[in-house]
Amino acid sequence: MIQIRGMVKSFGPRAALDGVDLSVGAGEFVTLVGPNGAGKTTLLRVLATLARPTSGTIHIAGLDSVRAGSEVRRRIGFLSHRTLLYEDLTAEQNLRFFARIYDVAGDVERIHGLLERVGLAARRNDMVRTFSRGMQQRLSVARAVLHRPSVLLMDEPYTGLDPQAAQSLTDLLTELAGDGCAILLTTHDLVRGLQVGRRVVLLAQGRVVHDALRTDVDPAAFPDLYLRLTA
Amino acid sequence: MGFVRKVWAIVAKDVAAELHTREMVSAMLVFSVLALMIFSFALDLRGTVARAAAPGVLWATVAFAGTLGLSRSMAREQQTGCIDGLLLAPMDRSAIFFGKALGNLIFMGVVEIVLLPLFSALFDVPLLRPGVVLVTALGTVGYAAVGTLLAAIAINTRAREVMLPILLLPLAIPALVAAVQATGGLVEGATMSEVSGWTRLLVAYDLIIVAVSMLTFGYVLEE
Amino acid sequence: MKSRWDGVGIVLAALSGVAVLAGLGMVFFYAPREATMGDVQRIFYFHVSSAWVGFFAFFVTFLGGIGYLVQGQRRWDILSLSSVEVGLTFITMAVVTGSLWARPAWGTYWTWEPRLTISAVQLLIYVAYGMLRTAVESPERKARFAAAYGIVAFVTVPLSWFAIRWWRTIHPDVLTGGEGMAFTPRMGHTLMVSLAAFTLLYFTLLRQRICLERVVGRLLHLRLRLGSRR
Repeated sequence: MIQIRGMVKSFGPRAALDGVDLSVGAGEFVTLVGPNGAGKTTLLRVLATLARPTSGTIHIAGLDSVRAGSEVRRRIGFLSHRTLLYEDLTAEQNLRFFARIYDVAGDVERIHGLLERVGLAARRNDMVRTFSRGMQQRLSVARAVLHRPSVLLMDEPYTGLDPQAAQSLTDLLTELAGDGCAILLTTHDLVRGLQVGRRVVLLAQGRVVHDALRTDVDPAAFPDLYLRLTA
Repeated sequence: MGFVRKVWAIVAKDVAAELHTREMVSAMLVFSVLALMIFSFALDLRGTVARAAAPGVLWATVAFAGTLGLSRSMAREQQTGCIDGLLLAPMDRSAIFFGKALGNLIFMGVVEIVLLPLFSALFDVPLLRPGVVLVTALGTVGYAAVGTLLAAIAINTRAREVMLPILLLPLAIPALVAAVQATGGLVEGATMSEVSGWTRLLVAYDLIIVAVSMLTFGYVLEE
Repeated sequence: MKSRWDGVGIVLAALSGVAVLAGLGMVFFYAPREATMGDVQRIFYFHVSSAWVGFFAFFVTFLGGIGYLVQGQRRWDILSLSSVEVGLTFITMAVVTGSLWARPAWGTYWTWEPRLTISAVQLLIYVAYGMLRTAVESPERKARFAAAYGIVAFVTVPLSWFAIRWWRTIHPDVLTGGEGMAFTPRMGHTLMVSLAAFTLLYFTLLRQRICLERVVGRLLHLRLRLGSRR
């Protein structure tokens, strides 16, 4: 689903991503861990077409992500570290708006179903401004999966979620992966990174320095490996 | 057509948010009234003085009030990263431009709808004429278009809102000169054909500015 | 950039030096004393030439902006930025010489004469361009914003021109030799040489500014590789 070859993203003379090679197959759930400034957010933003790669190629569902534009964006769901929600609209108005610009406006059941799923059905007519951080995060998740993307990119999705909400997010993601959605999720939290997903990828200084199946990773030895590879 | 639907979705979203908060239009309106008062004190707007100064006062007020709304409208997109939400959607960048510009046009229009009769009543200047309304509309289209582009630039600079008038006003000079002259002519009783040079200049400004702003807008939003 | 001596730059500098001297000579010794305004009118040659270079420089910035948005290469941005800086110098000269000329000609330092007014508008626009550049951190973003602004700004130039010209016209109409100034062939020759000299000077300065910007870029690179922070 996602294929990245030799991707470099520079900001001025500084390279935030310095030759990343990574592929994520359909239905694969990958967690991306790494220290602050490793390039995790930049990688997701480039994949989401929000930033242009300086060099290298990215294919999403076989389409060149730089050239294919709308066709690629239609397939991508993105959760940013910001909510991407309008605070002066209600929860439902937000989802309806995004449904319209994603051409899925007719699907009112989908919107209500998602609001139910993220536990916001009772507050659907309340202004997003009045929501707690965790509630906004849950609504953001609903926003990201609204148009049934085949690639889901999530930047620190567990931020601000209480244990129940975190578990429900993990369930949702596992379910989506089961339906064939490719998921790439970043976290700076090693424990979390080793609890969810199928594969763990370690990013440091703009490069993939470790890539293994979760079942092959020894949770006890991983922190040492992490410190060694990111030093 | 999908394009038009998406443009409209953005406009409707901005209008809905404004209906909830009413902060943008009310700020522009209160500012406009304050500006009229200040101008009135500064220029002693009575009788023939009011008539001569009216077009200039009107357009100076519209231009400054406009920058308030333009900044705020773009700040709303920026605050919680919503602009990324728009960029992620499968639609052309120009749809975002037209959506935001139309929204700004509507908000400025609402302010003008209040401002024109108020101005006429306060200073006894006949501004409620079809010609003046048309000129006001023509002047606002170009101003809102280039203002939308420049607000998107300004909001991403360190100076933020402060940057917008500095970028916008010098580029709006042709539209402001033409609008003031046309309005002035009409207030003095000229017919539409007598001020057609100015209205044609306004139309040319609108066409050129809308086209160029639309073409460059996508590049401004990218990272 | 490898060699210490920039051959083209030196030739350009030498040529523009000669041309500026020739222009100066012609302005003071070849061009006739204008009948009504006297020696004061001689500033006209510098005024027109610097205004021309200013507008030409902003046109180059406009082209550089298009080039940058289409191709995304840094050299287009360097071209735009350099041309604005050189252009600002010349447009400032045009505004200053215009107002110096206005004093004896119309008895005031400033007149809202169209050509002078539009030069002042251009001055403000490109001062704003400079402020915009300093207010953006990321180099790519800075370049893109500047390119967009340089393009939109330049398309308003003809519109401003019409607007301001219709708004007020009290200037001597130079090219048709209308009211105010008696235009002779010798004046024409002098103006041509002045225009050529200032244009050459523009290219010389532009080239130096571009080289300077490249050196700055390389310096930043080296610093980054040394790992020092600013």
